[in-house]
Amino acid sequence: MSEVIVFLFAAAIILVGAIGVVASRNPVHSALFLVQTLLGVAVLFILQDAHFLAAVQIMVYAGAIVILFLFVIMLLGVDKTEDLEVEPIAGQRPLAAVVGAALLGVGLTVVLVAADGVTGARQSTGVGERALDNGATDVERLGRVLFSEYALAFEITAALLTIAVVGAVVLTRRVASADLLPDPEPGSLELPPLAPAIDEEEH
Amino acid sequence: MELTTNWYLVLSVIVFSIGAVGLLVRRNPLVMFMSVELMLNSVNITFVALGADLNDVGGQVAVFFVLVVAAVEVVVGLALVVAINRRHPDATADDLSVLRG
Repeated sequence: MSEVIVFLFAAAIILVGAIGVVASRNPVHSALFLVQTLLGVAVLFILQDAHFLAAVQIMVYAGAIVILFLFVIMLLGVDKTEDLEVEPIAGQRPLAAVVGAALLGVGLTVVLVAADGVTGARQSTGVGERALDNGATDVERLGRVLFSEYALAFEITAALLTIAVVGAVVLTRRVASADLLPDPEPGSLELPPLAPAIDEEEH
Repeated sequence: MELTTNWYLVLSVIVFSIGAVGLLVRRNPLVMFMSVELMLNSVNITFVALGADLNDVGGQVAVFFVLVVAAVEVVVGLALVVAINRRHPDATADDLSVLRG
């Protein structure tokens, strides 16, 4: 029973945060609502004895990713709020609502009505190192599997992270010849032709 | 009342739908990225819940890799946002509809 109460509290936190992310005019508020959602998800991880993932969730998501979001928001100007009343593409909102309702309907149908039909009978439960009830601690179990069975994938993530860092540096590097293209006036929505921009990047 | 896996799955479906609607409705690329994070997190809930249900650590391993990929995606995505914003300060996702150099 106490588990149900914790779950309901966490679910309420997550849902309020998720709606706040989507409905906030100010991107800073969206980022803070995102932190709320991520903390709620961390609570759910703890509730299911995934303590390591809960810690990583808070450190990587709330600590690194959201800070990166806030950093970029501050870099681009914190006073930019989006007027949610304006609908630039006709019919975008109703269509988005239809798509969301369809996703919700299909998902709930799969989960609540057709679950066993879709996923089939339970094939197996974890054995040995993979079992969640083998008496090892959470970190030990995850570490053993990660560095044996999933060692190749783990190494590939290292390469992926390196590529991402290099890509971020290349993308945001200031090119010396960038002065050739006049900066657009702030506030003017008329975009200069995009064609010359790429030529400079290739040097 | 007992807490079953279905509770987690239902919550996950709801959060995923909210994230998808946010991705479709919002025009600020930063908020669109946050909506993607919502969707990734809803899938993480599913992975951990089903992993616990099947008594297998594989779900948690999947969440670990999803976390890494989410971090990478945010780094590259925000670098793109900064690079675009430097040239077109008021650009929203709608202004960048032409996919050419």
